[in-house]
Parts: sequence; C-alpha cells; structure tokens
Amino acid sequence: MMRFFRSAFVIARRDFSATVLSKTFIFFLLAPLFPLLFGGVFSSISARVAAQNQRPVIAVIAPKSEFEDLVGARDQMARALGDDRIVKLVGYSPERNLAAQQKHLLASRAPPVRAVLSGGLDHPKLAGALANDPGTVGQLQLLIANARSGSVDKEPDLPVSNVAASSGAEAADRTDTAQIAQTILFILTLMLSTMVLSQLIEEKSNKVIEVIAAAIPIDAMFVGKLFAMLSASVLALLVWMGAGALLIQLVKHGGVQTLPVPAVGWPVFLALAVVYFGMNYLLFGAAFLMIGAQASTAREVQTMSLPATFAQVLLFGFAAKSIGNPNSLWGIAAAVFPLSSPMAMLARAAQEPDLWPHVAGAIWQAIWIAIILRFGAQLFRRTVLKSGPRLPWWKFGRA
Amino acid sequence: MLRQASSGTLAVEAVDLVKDFGETRAVDGVSLAVPTGSIFGLLGPNGAGKTTTLRMLLGIIDPSSGTRLVLGRARPLEAAQEIGYLPEERGLYPAMHARDAIAFMGALRGLPLAEGRRRADLLLAEHGLGDWGRKSIRSLSKGMAQLVQLLGTIIHKPRLIVLDEPFAGLDAINQGRLEELIRREASAGVTVIFSTHVIAHAERLCEEIAIIAKGKVAFYGRVDEARSRLRPIVRLRTRASDGPWRAAIPANARREGGDYVFELPEGGPEPLLKALIDGGAGIETLAIERPGLHDAFVAIAGARTAEAMGQEKPQ
Repeated sequence: MMRFFRSAFVIARRDFSATVLSKTFIFFLLAPLFPLLFGGVFSSISARVAAQNQRPVIAVIAPKSEFEDLVGARDQMARALGDDRIVKLVGYSPERNLAAQQKHLLASRAPPVRAVLSGGLDHPKLAGALANDPGTVGQLQLLIANARSGSVDKEPDLPVSNVAASSGAEAADRTDTAQIAQTILFILTLMLSTMVLSQLIEEKSNKVIEVIAAAIPIDAMFVGKLFAMLSASVLALLVWMGAGALLIQLVKHGGVQTLPVPAVGWPVFLALAVVYFGMNYLLFGAAFLMIGAQASTAREVQTMSLPATFAQVLLFGFAAKSIGNPNSLWGIAAAVFPLSSPMAMLARAAQEPDLWPHVAGAIWQAIWIAIILRFGAQLFRRTVLKSGPRLPWWKFGRA
Repeated sequence: MLRQASSGTLAVEAVDLVKDFGETRAVDGVSLAVPTGSIFGLLGPNGAGKTTTLRMLLGIIDPSSGTRLVLGRARPLEAAQEIGYLPEERGLYPAMHARDAIAFMGALRGLPLAEGRRRADLLLAEHGLGDWGRKSIRSLSKGMAQLVQLLGTIIHKPRLIVLDEPFAGLDAINQGRLEELIRREASAGVTVIFSTHVIAHAERLCEEIAIIAKGKVAFYGRVDEARSRLRPIVRLRTRASDGPWRAAIPANARREGGDYVFELPEGGPEPLLKALIDGGAGIETLAIERPGLHDAFVAIAGARTAEAMGQEKPQ
C-alpha cells in the first residue's frame, strides 16, 4: 500500500510542479476575473433592459381631485410593494370629445400610454391593450377601491421593534447561503474538473505512458494525477477565497461578518465547504479522468468537454432541489446520488445543524471516488493498453 | 521449447504466453527462460510480436493466457523497482530538464528524487552530457534524448534491464556505446533482455536468443545452437576444371564466380580433401566457413522474414 501511495505521489509531484510552475498558471489564477467582467457587462445590459420594461403608463382622464386620490392610493401601494412594481399614472382633464381624447392618448408616444382610464371613480372604464396584462387591471381595481374608501390618509400606526434574528428571516438567509455556496461550488468544480479530461493526453502523446505503465499501477497514476490537479485547484481556491474576502471587506459595509450565518456555523461550514469541494472535484475529476483517458487527441477531448459540462449543469440542477427542504425526497435523493452529493450536502450544512450526515456523506463520497478510479484504471488497461483476456461485459472491472 | 537454464536461477520465465487483440493473435504460445546475468536477444521482424511479448513480461499488459515469472514474481509490477525498461517509442516530458527526467524515471522505480538527481548528474557527466543536465528535453537532439532515457532506465541500478529496439535511431558510435553499456551491465550480474530486428547486434551481444516470427518462437537457445543447425559452408576453387574429384562435390553445389559453394558433407572435411587431392583437383583456395546467425535465421525463420529484418542494416 505504501508503494502505491509513493507511486501516486511521484506522479502528483510531477504534475503539480508542471502545472503550478508554468506561466499559464498565472492566467489560471486570473480566470475568475472573466466571469466577474461578464457579470458586470450583463448586469448593465439587464439594467438597461429593465429600464425599458418599466410598469405601464395609464392615462387617467378625471377631475383633479379624483386623480389626486388615485395617486395617493398608488403611493401607498408603492410604499408596500416597491415603486417599480406599480403602474404609473398620468392625469388629464376631461375634454369635450372624450372618444377623440382617448384615441389621441392611446396613440401618444410621450409618454407611451398602455391604457386610458376614464369615467371617474364612480363609473371607471378602461380602454387599452391589456389582453395579456391582467396584473395591470387588478392593480387599477385596488387603486380605485382604495381611492374610493378614502383610507389613503388613514394608515394605522404600526410600531416596529427590530430584533437581530427571527426564525423566518434566518431560514430565508440560510436558504440564500445554501444557494450561494452551492453555486460557487458548482462553478469552481465546473471550471476545474473539466481540465482533468485532458490530463492523460500529454502522457499518451509523448509516449511517457509506456514508461509509467511499466513502473507503477495505473490506479496509482490516476490517483496521482487527480490529486495533483486537486492540489493546484486548492492553491488557486485559497488565492481566490482570500481575494474574494478582501473584496467583500472593502465593498460590503460591515465586511464578511454581516453575511448570513449557516446552520452549522461559519467555521464548520467553511471546513465542510473545503471537504465538499475536494469530494466534488474528486468525483467529477475521477469520472472525467476515466472518460478523458479514452481520448487520444486534444480534439477528442474538446468534443467530450461539452457533454461533460452539460452533465455537470444537470447535476447542479438536481442538487439545487435540496435547497429549502433538504429532508424532502428530492433533497435526500440528491444527497445520496454520488455525483450530486457534495453540492446537496453543502446546501444541507447551510440549512440544518446536524453534523453526523456530513460524516456519513463524506465517507459515502470517498467510497464512490475509489470505485470510479478503480473502474477507470481497469477501463484504461483494457481499452487503451489492451491488457488482459477478453471478458464478457458482466465480468468487466473485476479483473 | 522451454528449458531450465543449466546453471543458476532464471530472471524471467514465461510459459505459453498468448495475446489476442480482438480477432488478431499477436503472440501465440511464447515460452522463454532467461538465466540471471545473461544477455538475451529477442529477434524478429517488425510486427512479429516482440514488443507485445516484452510488454507482457513487464506487466504493462496482461496476457490473454499463459503465465510469466519475472525476478521470481508472478505479477511483474511487484518487481518494478528492480527492473529498467526502455520502450521502443521513446517517451519523455519535453519541458523537463534532462537530470529531472532521469531522476523522475528513477523515482517511478522507487529511487528518492534527491538521490536520483545526484546520480543523474554523475551519469550525464560520465556520458559527456554534463553541460546538458539543466537543459530541457526539447532542446536536446534525438540521440541525446535517447541517451537520457537510457540513463533513466538504469538510474536505479536494476537487476533486470529490458530494452525494446534500443539500437533504432542511433548512429554507429552510439550503437557501439550502447553495446558497451549492455556488456558492462551484464558483467555486473544484471540480466539484459533486448529486442532487435538487426541480427548483427544479437550476434555480437547475446548468449541466448529467441527468434520470433508471426507471434511464435521459431527458435530458442544459444547462438551457437542456432548456427549449428546449419552445416558449415565450403568454398572451393580448383585449378583443374574437371576430373574424378568432381564426384566428391555435392550435386547441389552452386557456382559463385569461380568457386564451388556447398555444405560440408556429413563425413567432414577429411574425405573431401582426400578426394580432391587424389583426384587431382589442384586446390587453389579452400575455406570452410561457420554459418552466421543471419544464415541460421534464414534457415529457421524463412527467407521472407529475414528479408523483412534485413531492411535495417547494422552500422
């Protein structure tokens, strides 16, 4: 056994040095900047699109006092729900030819009018393109009702005494923490583990594989390669985590202390995050190493990387089912299925305080890493090195 | 075909090794017994099954059937730390420094990295590459890189060295150096197995050989035995063109220039000489030549196989 790990260490040391001591590792460390840049670009685009999609403008043809009552009702609703969510009202005094005025307003581009409300508060009538917008009609009904009742100026006093936390707020915060942690875990694994696909191409193309296969077990080579990439990734992760914490400290008032506390507490949660990152990486890495080992050219690896990415996205979606209710059937299924287990369990750590499921989860995931690596090494020996007697498929992996 | 070495232990023993790749049988019942401390040659043309046999002996691939015992172990990888292997297709990491590549190969075989680097520096200096130790493999010539890999093969002082077509791609000087290195290792008690399709190397180096053709062992034994399968060749030139002495010349003798060339008759040289002298042949030149390994190879493996092997001549 010692020889096995020593052999794996020789491979890991070589791969780690070759990765970390290369100039390209600098670009690797800069990788998270690109999603941030993309995020910045897309959020500004989203803001612009959102501005263009503001709530519709309703032209109100009514006497001034009635319009003011409606505006008062709107302001009251905007305070409760947010100004962007409530229809905008523009008032117009009634003209003699009401039909012509209504037609003129509906054709107006400044402001762009969606509908015209006329008839005052007593006999309101609405005309406009509202077939697909029942929300606007509903809001106007509420506004008219409130304006009619005269309750706008009679809001009841509601003294509020703030407490640091409540179960409802805590649950919501922890759901956010679970979601954010799971997303970060997914993105990191997505970025890093697909790199493992091409790990054996170098050895296969420069024929070193023959020297290695004659000296050490293929399983040891797989383990070495996987842990080399894990070590390089953890190194990068530490750099990114440090930079991220510094950024939060600088940008967010109160710094990292203001982030919602996960159910197991921050120290345990961070420790579990590292463990589950390792497990997630090793699970996907082992699977990708096995798949990538079958490829003989960089082109084949590229072809394989797209379905591999989609598979990860699918598993992320599956693991996300555990957020909000980790003890549901979906939550438990996501925690049990090996390739979604680390992501689901990290979300659980944010939401549930029990620690024993994490011990069981880590052991379960470790067993599957060993199974996948063992199977991958056997597959490599059989399909790439063409080793051993021909076996029927049901005996495959036992040799 | 398999036989026990007359003295000492066996470094490698293989019994009925078979390897199928799909429907193709690459190796068909190969059995070998390589005595410890000997130089053993595996001869055969390209595609004969030499590399596949070596890969099975090393444990890179498992045989479809048959057994092998390498340095006393049924699973060759368990003896990996005592084996050095130079594959036919040379493989090194191009970005690695020469000394690191040698030390890495040693580390794969259990040699601590620092000791590997120390030995690598010594070996490189010994072979005139002292200044190249800290240069990357990609900056070395093909011959230099090949030497680096060879040094990596012996860095951990193995008991068994397996070289697959080690002379391929080397110039005459480096082929000579390699032969010298193989002899030196063997004299130190190391068993050397090498494959080649150049008969001259085997003839110069090997004590025992196996000739492999189409996946089967066509001959296995000492080089002398291979040669002794053929009768010595007689080359005779006479002053007289005809006479009663002609009866002593075998009917299947061929003429090469002015010479008669034929196998030495069963009775040996004395009756032949007597008949020639008594018959007044007037012997101008007479040579009785021992057949070379190439002739033995032609006789054993067939002319076509020998022709395939003869495509690369020794330098």
